[in-house]
Amino acid sequence: MKFFKNKAVQSLIASLVCIVLGVLIGYIVLLLINPDGAGKAMITLLKNFFYYPTAEMRREYFGSTLVKTAPLLMCSLSVLFAYKTGLFNIGAAGQYCIGVCACLYCALGLGWSWPLCLLAAVICGAFFGMLVGLLKSYCNVNEVISGIMLNWIALYITNSVLSTVKEPTSPYTYKLQGARGKAALLPRLGKINEFFNGNKYITIAVPIAIIIAVLVWVVLEKTKFGYELKATGFNKNAAKYCGMAEKRNAILTLVIAGALAGLGASFYYQSGIQQWECTATSVPGMGFNGIAATFLGGLNPIGTIFSSYFLQHITDGGTHIDTMKYSAQISDLISSVIIYLCGFVLFIKHVLNNMITKSEEKAAAQLKAAEEKPAATAADNVKGGEQ
Amino acid sequence: MAKGCGEARFYRYGSACSAAHDPATEGGINLANEYAIEMLNITKKFPGIIANDNITLQLKKGEIHALLGENGAGKSTLMSVLFGLYQPEEGIIKKDGKVVSIKNPNDANELGIGMVHQHFKLVECFSVLDNIILGVEPNKLGFLQKTEARKKVLALSERYGLQVDPDAIIEDITVGMQQRTEILKMLYRDNEILIFDEPTAVLTPQEITELMQIMRNLAKEGKSILFISHKLNEIMEVADRCSVLRKGKYIGTVETANTTMEELSAMMVGRNVNFHVEKAEPHVGDTVLQVRNVTVASKVHKNNAVKNVSFDVRAGEIVCIAGIDGNGQTEFVHGLTGLEPLVSGSIEMMGKDITKMPIRKRSIMGMSHIPEDRHKHGLVLDYSLEYNLVLQRYFEPEFTSRAGFLKRKNIRRYADKLIDQYDIRSGQGAVTMARSMSGGNQQKAIVAREMDKDPELLVAVQPTRGLDVGAIEYIHKQLVAKRDAGKAVLLVSLELDEVMDVPDRILVMYEGEIVGELDPKNTTEEELGLYMAGAKRDEVKVG
Repeated sequence: MKFFKNKAVQSLIASLVCIVLGVLIGYIVLLLINPDGAGKAMITLLKNFFYYPTAEMRREYFGSTLVKTAPLLMCSLSVLFAYKTGLFNIGAAGQYCIGVCACLYCALGLGWSWPLCLLAAVICGAFFGMLVGLLKSYCNVNEVISGIMLNWIALYITNSVLSTVKEPTSPYTYKLQGARGKAALLPRLGKINEFFNGNKYITIAVPIAIIIAVLVWVVLEKTKFGYELKATGFNKNAAKYCGMAEKRNAILTLVIAGALAGLGASFYYQSGIQQWECTATSVPGMGFNGIAATFLGGLNPIGTIFSSYFLQHITDGGTHIDTMKYSAQISDLISSVIIYLCGFVLFIKHVLNNMITKSEEKAAAQLKAAEEKPAATAADNVKGGEQ
Repeated sequence: MAKGCGEARFYRYGSACSAAHDPATEGGINLANEYAIEMLNITKKFPGIIANDNITLQLKKGEIHALLGENGAGKSTLMSVLFGLYQPEEGIIKKDGKVVSIKNPNDANELGIGMVHQHFKLVECFSVLDNIILGVEPNKLGFLQKTEARKKVLALSERYGLQVDPDAIIEDITVGMQQRTEILKMLYRDNEILIFDEPTAVLTPQEITELMQIMRNLAKEGKSILFISHKLNEIMEVADRCSVLRKGKYIGTVETANTTMEELSAMMVGRNVNFHVEKAEPHVGDTVLQVRNVTVASKVHKNNAVKNVSFDVRAGEIVCIAGIDGNGQTEFVHGLTGLEPLVSGSIEMMGKDITKMPIRKRSIMGMSHIPEDRHKHGLVLDYSLEYNLVLQRYFEPEFTSRAGFLKRKNIRRYADKLIDQYDIRSGQGAVTMARSMSGGNQQKAIVAREMDKDPELLVAVQPTRGLDVGAIEYIHKQLVAKRDAGKAVLLVSLELDEVMDVPDRILVMYEGEIVGELDPKNTTEEELGLYMAGAKRDEVKVG
């Protein structure tokens, strides 16, 4: 029982339960649409890169999943960092989007080198985070409302700015691999790229993302700043009472959260794996998936490394589902069902806790009853004696 | 050491009243129907406490009956029993002489019992009329029929002299008119028994006069009114009879025509046993805290909660702000400690103006604050005990390195020292979550943290709230120790024992003003009670 009371164990169990539930409901959805290929489709989704026949190809596509995991992890850390201070950074999607705008324009429009493009993305993301923070602290605007509004603003800014660097015949921006953007490609990892069958999109982004996750953990757990942020998140009245600058901290938190999301954008788009579509009608799902990854990771920076990978794994796996039996949207549908269920981690944890408390109470009551029984008989005996 | 227990104080009223008005036998068979509602021998227990111990309350038809008692005397519990929120272990409730069973608030509504809560239950953005019909909307096939309702409301407001504008929006009208809306809500539902829970707390003096007149009108028209209050002058003015509760026990019922405020006050506050805090004569030093003309806004109503308060606290003395809950003490402390801004006035600490100083700076200057609400302000419940113990000092070089990393070893060592020194008990020592600790030990942790800061000024708000005798004695000892060490202590308390025994000076706060300064050695609890209930006031001179 003590084992189950451990918080880390509880988080892990809750996350696993959510995943199983998500897969189960996803399977039911597949069955409803087309019972024929449901089992196969689900296995394909979970297998992801194992779908490919050769080991080389598997490694290559495993690499692709890792490339996409890096930005998701950054968005997830962005949401997590704000959440620890009691703020819900739904604006991560917009901060990510404006990061895309900054790094791609600096790369294609201005021809800057990769560190400068990366810095531009970080600064723009941080600026959008700061807007949310300022509105929250000084105008008492809920961060969810302003975050959603800014998501749309970021999207349309990005579309209009990047239209200046798009291919003339398509809605897509120029490829970074072209003459203009080459300097903006993030450095690759040499030998490691070879291991992934020469997957050229694997860059320093992957290891750096993991290092940043560890850094976030260190800041939250080991520093004075983290102590203040978490105190504010747990009880903002107490934080105010002991003189923490809650307003400043709220702004600073959102600046950092925005910077993390912006960095995620740079990690993804500066790998050259994808071009921006200037006719996009919604912000990339990365920021929103980051919310699910945060909760699935048990609100722990290290946990989010694994949860981000898992979510990206099934998202990629979904693309392999047989489109003869299912419509093209099925992959998104099923992975979003699973991601949606992942949001229930806190609920599952609550249920789990209740179960433990109840069984403990029951055990305690039984113990007490067992103790009282002999005592009662003893008392009866005494009474009997008196009579 | 500091407290010898057992000094007994007896009040002549304690036993005399309950004997003279033995309620169970009063009335008799012939008068069975004289009462609109009777609560006979009600006993309600909670784990570890008897909230209502054999209480009897009989409300005559057409009378205004006051229910008087201190905080925690059992008034709210008794009303919750009447409304079916709690089921009593013993006792019965009779309506018009017939035994009724009230299992939930709906039963109470059906019996015609209505209540105006201290904090109104109105929909702010709805009109007066919409609020009145809320829950009993007249409709045909789901479409509202407001014309009838409007007629009825206007007729009622004319009959009882309740001026309202049925189309005004609640958030735009005065507190007084909001209260009249609440009263109309009860009348619209044809309630016969009207309960007013501390109705005057949020009103201006003029509005109070109006309310008194309305209550008299209602009683004249045959409504029976139960008036919960601890303001003696209002009870004397408007009530026909008054029942007094003290610490869960029924003390007695008196006719207001045959009693005095002094007698009521004694019935309300009288105590049999009193603990005494031993302390030497104070060695008073320089002025540490100088409060001048401080006014603080209220969060619940539009009037100021603290009005023009001025006083000094000097080194080596304990000054206590006494008063009944809700008379501005909380707001004053928030203004003093920087949690809320002042509307006007100034505060000086050790010769420095701190009126607009941030909380952190006040703290570093030497102000410690034991907050009223330990869960809201005092602790981060999801932090460990050690993290809570450094809440006011975590930024000091002892606990944070230059690079901004916490020095966990030092934090642990410091926490262990405080835990040992102040005997804070918890499951796993320094790493115990504050949430899992008992209330008394949580309070000890706060006291330890604030005391160990070695403050020049200690602001202690209800430091012994909800604690057992041992812990209370301990905290009182600590307060006296700080005073003897030449520090200034400002105690804010609702407990009469504490007010009489701990401080060197008492300031009584009533409706946001200091209405009297008393020397605990030369005053009685009765006199204190008169000040606290607003029946007596002096001009207090400062400086």
